[in-house]
Formats: sequence, C-alpha cells, structure tokens
Amino acid sequence: MSFFRKLKDKISTQTDQMTEKFKSGMSKTRESFTTKLNDLVAKYRKVDEDFFEELEEILISADVGVETVMTLIEELEMEVKRQNIQEPEKVKEVISEKLVDIYYDGDDASVEHLTMSESGLSIILVVGVNGVGKTTTIGKLAHRLKEEGKSVMLAAGDTFRAGAIEQLEVWGERAGVEVIKQSEGSDPAAVIYDGIQAAKSRGVDVLLCDTAGRLQNKVNLMNELAKVKKVISREVDGAPHETLLVLDATTGQNALNQAKTFKEATDVSGIVLTKLDGTAKGGIVLAIRREMDIPVKFVGLGEQMTDLQPFDAHQFVYGLFGDLIKE
Amino acid sequence: MAFEGLADRLQSTIKKITGKGKVTEQDVKEMAREIRLALLEADVNFKVVKDLIKRIRERAVGQEVMDSLTPGQQVIKVVREELTDLMGTEQSKIAVSQKPPTVIMMVGLQGAGKTTSTGKLANLLRKSYNRNPLLVAADIYRPAAIDQLKTLGKQLDMDVFSLGTDVSPVEIAKQGIEKAKENHHDYVIIDTAGRLHVDEDLMGELKQIKETVSPDEIFLVVDAMTGQDAVNVAENFNNDLEITGVILTKLDGDTRGGAALSIKAVTGKPIKFAGMGEKLDQLEVFHPDRMASRILGMGDVLSLIEKAETQYDEKKAKEMEKKMKEMSFTFEDFLEQMDQVKSMGPLDEIMNMLPGANKMKGMKNIQVDDKQLSHIEAIIQSMTKEERVNPNIINASRKKRIAQGSGTSVSQVNRLIKQFNDMKKMMKQMMGGGKKGKKKGLSFPFM
Repeated sequence: MSFFRKLKDKISTQTDQMTEKFKSGMSKTRESFTTKLNDLVAKYRKVDEDFFEELEEILISADVGVETVMTLIEELEMEVKRQNIQEPEKVKEVISEKLVDIYYDGDDASVEHLTMSESGLSIILVVGVNGVGKTTTIGKLAHRLKEEGKSVMLAAGDTFRAGAIEQLEVWGERAGVEVIKQSEGSDPAAVIYDGIQAAKSRGVDVLLCDTAGRLQNKVNLMNELAKVKKVISREVDGAPHETLLVLDATTGQNALNQAKTFKEATDVSGIVLTKLDGTAKGGIVLAIRREMDIPVKFVGLGEQMTDLQPFDAHQFVYGLFGDLIKE
Repeated sequence: MAFEGLADRLQSTIKKITGKGKVTEQDVKEMAREIRLALLEADVNFKVVKDLIKRIRERAVGQEVMDSLTPGQQVIKVVREELTDLMGTEQSKIAVSQKPPTVIMMVGLQGAGKTTSTGKLANLLRKSYNRNPLLVAADIYRPAAIDQLKTLGKQLDMDVFSLGTDVSPVEIAKQGIEKAKENHHDYVIIDTAGRLHVDEDLMGELKQIKETVSPDEIFLVVDAMTGQDAVNVAENFNNDLEITGVILTKLDGDTRGGAALSIKAVTGKPIKFAGMGEKLDQLEVFHPDRMASRILGMGDVLSLIEKAETQYDEKKAKEMEKKMKEMSFTFEDFLEQMDQVKSMGPLDEIMNMLPGANKMKGMKNIQVDDKQLSHIEAIIQSMTKEERVNPNIINASRKKRIAQGSGTSVSQVNRLIKQFNDMKKMMKQMMGGGKKGKKKGLSFPFM
C-alpha cells in the first residue's frame, strides 16, 4: 500500500471533527508548505542537484533544523538513487514518508497520551522560556481534562512576572477550577508545595503547576526549577507524572537548546507546541524528536479554550500534506 | 552552546589555506558552504543568506592575504563587514513630536514581550531623556494583560491609563492621549494585544488605532529567538502599519539572533533597542555591529573590551598578565580580579560575550553563578595573608578554620583551592603557550 493511502486510512479512522480542527488550525502552515512543494515539483523536469537544493531550502524555511535537513536530504538522495526515481512528482511521497519516519522511527505509536497516576493525584509541571504560552496552555489543558471528567486544580508558580497570577486566575475561572496562589514575589517551590497539599486534601485528580518563564542559560533560575521539581517528587511518589516543555512554534534553532537544557534540569517528558495557527511551521520539533527523543504531546492552534489538540504525527503530516493526499 | 560559531566551522578549511598568498575560488567555495550553514544555524532567513553568500563570494575571491590576518580571519572579516553593512548603523533615537505628547505604539506577536518592553521603554524615557510618559493599556484580549501593565506602572511609579476590557482598543488609545494632554505627559506608550500577522481582523484593528492616534513611532517587538518565520512577521506588520523601528527582546538568552538580520533585510527598518534581562532597566541601545559578531558566533568581543576598558586599569592588567605568566598569581590577586569582574556586571553576561568561552578547557566546570562568587569571596577573606600568597601551606586544620570562618564547608574550600590551581595552570597555558601577539585580543584580566 502506498504511503499516502496508509496515511489516509489512519486518518479516516479518527474522528472527523478532530481532523478538521487540526486541518483548519494548520491551514496557514500547510498552504505555504504545500504550495512550495508543488511549485518545486512542477518546476523541475528531473530530480537533480538543483532540485535537492531547493527542497533543502523549503525544509529549512520550516525551521526543521539545519542538521536534520542535511541528513534528510542525504537519505533522500540515496533513496531516489536506490529506487531510480526520475520524476519529481514521485519524490513528494518519499519526502513525506521520511518526515513521518523521523518522528516515529519505525515505532508507529499513534496519538500521544498524558501519563497519569494510576490511582490518586497526578501532577503536571509546565516549564519553558518567557512568552511561549505556558499559562494559556495550562488554562486550555485544565479545560480539556475537566471535559474528560477529571477534577483539576492549578498552582500559580509564576510568582515573578507581573500579572501572571491574575492571568492564571482568569483561566481558572473560565475552566471552572480552583487556583492555589500566594502573593507575587513569594517562593515558587512554596506555592507548589501548598498546591500539592491542597490537591491532596481535596482529593483532586490532576494538579497543573505553572512556573515563571526563564531563559535556559540562566543558571540560578534553572536551579530554582530543579528545586521545584524536587519538592514535587518528594511529596508525591512518581510525580511529576508529566513535565511539559512549552515551545513557541515561531522559535528557530534555539528551541533545540531549550529542549536540551530544560531536559537536563527537569527531565522533560513531553512538548506542547504553541502558536501553530500562524505561518510558523514548528519544524524544529522534528529535530528535537530526532536528537533528544522527546515527543510532542499537544499543539496550540488558537486562542480559544478548546484550541489545544493532542499531537499526532500522522495528523501533523496530514496537515502539511493534506492537499497532496486529496489529489 | 549547541551550534558551532563560524570561526570553529571554518577551522578545517582555513588550515588548508594557511601559507598560501591568495584566497582561491575553491577556498572561497568551501568556506561559503560553511558560512551558509553557520548563518542558517543562527536563524538568518535562507533568502537573506543566499544574497549574502553571493556578495561574499564576489568580494573574497582573489583577495590578497594580509600579513596581519590569517586567511580565515580575513574571510570572517569580509563576512562581518557584509553583515554589518546589512545591519546598518546605530539608530537609537526616539521621535519627538513638535506637538506633545509624542505617541509610541507597541505591536507584535503574542509573547514577544510587548508589555514588558513598554515598561522598560517608559523607564528609559524617564531616566535617559527626562520624560514623563503615560502608559496606555490597550490589550483587552489576553487575561490580566492590563493588570500586568498596572503592576509595572506601580513598580516604576508611573501613571497607567486603562478603561478595562469592555471598551475597544481604538477608543482606549484615543482617550489615553486626551488624558495625557490633560495631565501634561510628554510621551504616551500604547501597549497593544499580541496578534498573528495573518489575523486580518486584528491587524485591521491596529490600522484603525494608527489612523486614529497617528503615532510618531510604531515599534515592532520581536523575540530574538524567532526562526525563519521572522521575515513573514516583519513583512506583514510593516506592510500593514509601516513600522518605524524594532525592539528585539530576550537577547540575554543564548540565541544567535539571526532574526535581527532577516528583519532588517526585509523591512529596512532599524532595530533600536534590545531587551537584555527581566529587570525594568534592562533595555539597551542596540548595536548592529556587535550583533553581526554574535550571529557569526564570535561573541560580543567588542562590548567586552569596552566594558573592560572602562572598568579596568590597563596598568594593573599588565601587572596581572605578568603575574599569570610567572605563575605568581595568588589568592590576593584572585580576589582583586573578582572585584574587577564583578564591577563589570553579572558574570553570565560577561561569559556570554566571550567567544568560545563555553568550550574552553577547564571553563566548563566554573559555574557561572553570582551567588557562588560570594562564597568564594568569603572563603578567601577567611584566609590569612600568608595563606593567600602561598596556598600550599593550607593544611587540614587550616581548611577547617577557613570553612568555619566563611560559613562554608571544608569540601567547598577544597574545591576552590583545586579550581584555583587549575586556573593557574590554564593561565600559564594561555599566556605562555600561545604565539606572541596572537592572543592579544584576549588578554582580558579575568582569564
């Protein structure tokens, strides 16, 4: 079965609504990417060096990551030689197959799920640099979990940025969940500790912990984060059950540094890729998956409470190549 | 840092050219590839890179290799000149309206740092220009954005104008200016909500604000970590609003910041200021030439030299250099060095400016942490004069006393002594090992 057929089958078994959401959210991304790819295919009569150079540029313009692109192009060139492909049209398929391959690496796990405690309280720690959308993500995630029938509580661990606590409170109100807070400037570890105690005593299912944004090269702030994580591990066995790194899709190569350093400090278990509803491609998650094996768990596709969707590489690639599949 | 700077990238190619009289076309071709990769890894937009490479190749071929420079240095020089040209000259002036108040509008994507930059800019206007700005909270969409601006206003002790979230941003801006006139503010900074450059409704709203208040400056606030998409963002905002300048935020991170180059290239608008930290006084004038070095991964040597020059006595530096060479460097000197370094600013800032500092042997173990510095200081201050000059006499019981005196532990004292000895060795290598004159640019006292 051809790759596109497989992909199509995979998608059709999932709910239409979800696919639509993903598709419409990523329409800007897809338009530019597919147009470019189609232009490329139409422009070249045969698959030659210039063709690959332009393909390289398309991938780089999606922020896929220079090293990953170089490797990918090399592999593609070999594959094209092996299968003796002459027409650019056929290369399209090989390209998308390779992209999904990078992500799954043979392991065809479908939609990512959040790891939760089997019984009792689950704790999710949310980390990232400034302005990526941590607080917004927590608001959306709280809504989502509540829809799933879980009881949720939020801990306002960003005690540094002006207005951060108020922002989380608004999200708490919208999602209808309680927010545990202290005053601005207090010790974030203490706030999280309070949150855990409150969550325990009220028998809540999930506690979402917000933290202040910090640039990964600030040693003191990264140490502070490690301390917050230690407090969580000490209070609840096996916690945090998830440490989610929030990445802005518009971020370039620095996202790799972010993933690396935050993983060192807090053992990141998954990524939330935000702001994917713009023209940014977020291609860097492919490089992160390839180099650090951190999966993307959710993507942010808009400003509404329901605009957080579980990540699924098939959907992601469908979003990128959807128009091609229909042809 | 995960990515190699241009200098590292060019190493292997350069080795081949060394000794030749001229840079050949083949040399340049090989180097052009490396330059391309370095620029792409720095997030410079690929189209901008393409044009640049073309110009660099044209310029570099056939150049005679100058005596004073290695061929590699010469190529880097060409690259840097091209980048510097593209980046333009320093333009940190802020418009002054003939008819006050001068109106500044802040625009950009979500999370770029508009509200924080609004606070910082207001602070700068007051401190450096002796102005009295009014902050206008026109972000009615993001939860608590108005609270954030109000909190910043409180921290700065400045007036913030808001009408809550039920009034349109256009109306808020309009009334804000009236308020400023009433209360004799000479500047008004309008903080707008973050929005996607492709969101037609919200971009239309910005246009309407612009038409209503005719701002003297429209600053596009851009995250320095932005990738290839920076050109789309800058182009759209510029086409819709005709921005007058750019504020680059989060430049205190470890990003190369190639987006700066892309934005300048597609809009032609100057980058005026850079956000260098989370504190409200950390908005600095943007130096285009230094940015060029940073994008190339060469560190901000210029800033560093400048800082060192203003803070450090050259005669003392010479003396110190001599001491390093002769290995007669003592804890006394170390303490003095630390004072000097500390007066230059936070350590990590200084380390960031050093090219390749992260990769330097022995440097990795020296954690950049200001708190640790104060521990070190305490330990040295608890040593006797004799111990400082001759650390070899520090035995177990002395260590115990030092630890007690400084409120640290014996293991911390041990670590410092070890680090000190390592450093001495390293200094000897650096000072004695290098060829004469070659390390000139790096005779920085702390090293």
